[in-house]
Amino acid sequence: MASFSTTATLGEPQVSRGDEGGAPPIFGGGGDGRPGRGLPDYPTRLRRARLGLLVALTPVLMLFVSFTSAYVVRQGLPTLDPRTNQLVRDWIPVKLPALLLVNTVVLLLSSVGMELARRQTKLAAVAATARPAKEVPLSAEGKTPWLAMTIALGLLFLFGQWMAWKQLAANGFYVATTPSSSFVYLLTGAHAVHLMGGVLALLVAGLFVLLRRPVTTRSIVVDVTGWYWHFMAALWVYIFALLELAR
Amino acid sequence: MTTHEPHAHAAPQGFLRKYIFSLDHKIIGIQYFFLALVAVFAGMFLSLLMRIHLVWPNASLPFFGQIKPETYLSLLTMHGTIMVFFVLTTAPQGGFGNYFLPIQIGAPDMAFPVLNMLSFWTTFLGFLVLLAAFFVTGGAPLHGWTGYAPLSALPSAGPGEGLGADLWIISIAIFCIGALMGALNFITTTLDMRAKGMTLMRMPLTCWAWFITAILGLLAFGVLLSAGILLLMDRNLGTSFFVPLGTVNGVLTGHKGGSPLLWQHLFWFFGHPEVYIAILPAMGLCSQLLSVFSRKPIFGYKAMVYAIMAIGFLGFMVWGHHMFMSGMSPYSAFAFSIMTMGIGVPSAIKTFNWLGTLWRGRIRFSSPMLFAIGFVSLFVVGGISGPFLAQPVLDIYLHETYFVIAHFHLIMGVASIFGIFAATYYWFPKMFGRMMNETLGKAHFWLTFVGAYAIFMPMHYYGMAGGLRRYSQGTEVAWINSLAPIQKFISIAAFVTIASQFIFLINLLWSMKKGEKAADNPWEATTLEWTTATPPPHDNFGGVTPVVHNGPYEYSVPGAPRDFVMQTDAPVTAKH
Amino acid sequence: MGLVLLVVIWLITLIGSYFIVAKTWWLPVGASAAAAGIDHHFTVTYILMGGVFIAAQLALGWFAWKYRDRGTGSQPAQYSHGNTTLEAVWTILTIILFIGLNLASKSIWASERFDAAKPGAVQVEVTGMQFAWYFRYAGPDGKFGATKPELEDASLGGAGALGLDSTDPASKDDVISGVMVVPVNREIEVILRSHDVIHSFFVPAMRFKQDTVPGLAIHMHFTPIQTGDFEIACAELCGLGHYKMHGIVKVVSEPEFNQWLAAREAEK
Repeated sequence: MASFSTTATLGEPQVSRGDEGGAPPIFGGGGDGRPGRGLPDYPTRLRRARLGLLVALTPVLMLFVSFTSAYVVRQGLPTLDPRTNQLVRDWIPVKLPALLLVNTVVLLLSSVGMELARRQTKLAAVAATARPAKEVPLSAEGKTPWLAMTIALGLLFLFGQWMAWKQLAANGFYVATTPSSSFVYLLTGAHAVHLMGGVLALLVAGLFVLLRRPVTTRSIVVDVTGWYWHFMAALWVYIFALLELAR
Repeated sequence: MTTHEPHAHAAPQGFLRKYIFSLDHKIIGIQYFFLALVAVFAGMFLSLLMRIHLVWPNASLPFFGQIKPETYLSLLTMHGTIMVFFVLTTAPQGGFGNYFLPIQIGAPDMAFPVLNMLSFWTTFLGFLVLLAAFFVTGGAPLHGWTGYAPLSALPSAGPGEGLGADLWIISIAIFCIGALMGALNFITTTLDMRAKGMTLMRMPLTCWAWFITAILGLLAFGVLLSAGILLLMDRNLGTSFFVPLGTVNGVLTGHKGGSPLLWQHLFWFFGHPEVYIAILPAMGLCSQLLSVFSRKPIFGYKAMVYAIMAIGFLGFMVWGHHMFMSGMSPYSAFAFSIMTMGIGVPSAIKTFNWLGTLWRGRIRFSSPMLFAIGFVSLFVVGGISGPFLAQPVLDIYLHETYFVIAHFHLIMGVASIFGIFAATYYWFPKMFGRMMNETLGKAHFWLTFVGAYAIFMPMHYYGMAGGLRRYSQGTEVAWINSLAPIQKFISIAAFVTIASQFIFLINLLWSMKKGEKAADNPWEATTLEWTTATPPPHDNFGGVTPVVHNGPYEYSVPGAPRDFVMQTDAPVTAKH
Repeated sequence: MGLVLLVVIWLITLIGSYFIVAKTWWLPVGASAAAAGIDHHFTVTYILMGGVFIAAQLALGWFAWKYRDRGTGSQPAQYSHGNTTLEAVWTILTIILFIGLNLASKSIWASERFDAAKPGAVQVEVTGMQFAWYFRYAGPDGKFGATKPELEDASLGGAGALGLDSTDPASKDDVISGVMVVPVNREIEVILRSHDVIHSFFVPAMRFKQDTVPGLAIHMHFTPIQTGDFEIACAELCGLGHYKMHGIVKVVSEPEFNQWLAAREAEK
């Protein structure tokens, strides 16, 4: 359960949980929740979003666990060739393009950038909640545009994966050529789709800057996407290792 | 999944925001409920056509003409898919769970309201895509709701296996995504949004059931999604995950090396937990109702909670019992069968506890209670055939016979539907502010209860005599042909039972407009939904956050002023 | 209302059980060596599960009537949250009942599926295809000839339908039949194959069922102990003609079997 070990350490910020059963969220008022009722405070929202992410990573993990088990079964299981009455295997190992190594480095770098962006936005959000009077100007978040760099590196990785597909095809390995190449396309493709989701979320966070949405909201999006991004990086390393080591 | 929405969103203004794209978990719950209502009548209509075809294969029906054997198979595929996904998964969890989980734990809404809305509309889209399969060239697929490859993987394998089968897979994939979003919300809400004092062990058993069901969904639907993706690739990209070297009608399929059993493993890894996804909410609800209407605390609350957990846990280790005859290793088969017999134990514990709850109670027979008692009866009869099928030795004979049909229809079909009916009669006053008509409710109960037995009891006999499922006609095989009178009896019983469902529909629609006004707590129950107004305000408790002091089933407490103590009342001291 | 529930639930239980006890619709008479053991296990399971079924339903009906709300004069409900000892007792009893029942059937399952056919068993290759069964005997050489999917042509029937490769010397003496003829009291080893989709070879009288899976050759065995014709039906959804995919197992005496095989050999 990689997701649990990755995300179980997300302790900070420590939020007082009240007594048993969790503290009741405090709301601005009664009535039927007309506009103007307050939101739960920042730590509560952050905690809830992180918990949501932790839960959301479980089915992603199950999806890839399931693909992995299909990989192992499909690789190991011989089928009957009626011509010879022999059990045969039709698994031809694929030589992975070296480009994937470069892509891996790009993705890991993006993960570092993501972590810096996450901390940066978090600091800004904490500062904003400490001084609730005015919205913190963007400049207070520091000068390095880590968020933009992460998005750029993420897109570069996706482009690199696309190039790797083209190289595979140039070497004669198409989706249906051999089961091993089917799995290469399947696993890289499924991972890319998930990473695109992360890129999209970061773009939304960037858009929040333009829309002048509260920094706390942006911080929650960036924080949760950050953990998701790290998960995607770890998942990629796992996929790469599976494809390379269990050929 | 990263966008986080504050849950104290404003009450919506326009019609579109208020009733269509609502973020309010209560409206979304009602949307799910009506989706399931449409789906259940659609699925029932398909079964009506099937029952007609089985007994009068040459009958010419208005609009449909004569039903062909391949049409019969399409009908059964769509009947199963609609019922399992869009009724049994949608109504108890998406419908009632959405509406009542936040209220019962004292939360103002689900944790992620936007996600909640998306999850409904995704499910709705899945339903439309599924129905579209009827209208494309070749019609709906004929591979059954289990979609065993290679039949489901080869467009040449039969009519309906073209575009219809693709739509079927896509619909299920869409449904998976919707169900996953729903599960995410249920789990986060239960863990993070309970009111002060609402410890896990003070949650009503309904909440426990929804919570564990959500966990099952979270683990199972991802696997089904993966299987669907692989199947789509086999069908459209020429890969061979599930299809070995072979021919259809002497023509090579172009695939080689795939494993048909791999599909079955992936499918049933989802498929068996799915059975519990359908039945657990009904179990939780009936535990609730038996306690409310017996005016007695639930017998063995903790045992009930542990039994739900045990069922959820073991539910993931028994999928192989669907595959005893599939060519799987006989040693695995035996291991799976031991686990399967093991899962019978928590189910039996629950039954004992239900009987224990009735024992020395003071039973009020209103419509929801009748359905809850009916549920117990049907659960017993459906459960007791389980140990037959769970033993490979007996499954050699019973596999794919009507005995299996009787078993799973009674336990995951009819018993769950009884749970849904009970929930509707019980919560209707809270949801719509009016009572349902009791006379119609009782008439509906008696006809449905006796009708369900009349339909499904004889299927056991049909199966014991070797009658096979998914046969559009029994005329070709002598021993099956000799059983035709049973089929005729079942069909007639089905017609009566289907007709009596319109009593329910009329009662439902009529009571929404004309029913007697409901009080805030008409059943004198203890859980939080009965502490708030009827129907509940936008944030559920009108700005007051409830504080919980008692367990959910404090009935007939000695010395208490009333025979029930609300969860929010002063703490009960009399403990046994 | 409680009384009506009692009467209805009890009536359903008794009527439902009557047809089981009376065996109005029941398994066909067993014609294989394994049938007696399997049927016995059926009976044991029926007695135990039937007992639980009847007890639970009778109790449900009884409680519904006995503990109904009788208005103002009625006893208040008992305030009790359960009984841990009782919980433990019925948990343990159920475990013993369920697991014990399963273990009791292990030897039958083992002899059916764990053990391979003994040497000297009569080998028959069973091939399922949409929507027919074909049966192949290896002939005097004891070897099945090669088959090629490219050569398959169902319209030719027999050897053509199986795609038998006539250039393979082992295929020369293969006998292919649309009816499964087997000798009585001999173990039959079936080799189950499929060309296209999954089918299932089901012979109720033999208490035998096994899916035929494309890409696999599944070896199974059974021993017929009665002569006569027994029907085969396909028990796994295989397409629009699923309900028509049936056949016959003809169990004959050993001399008759040899005679039949020799005659089919001579026809070639």
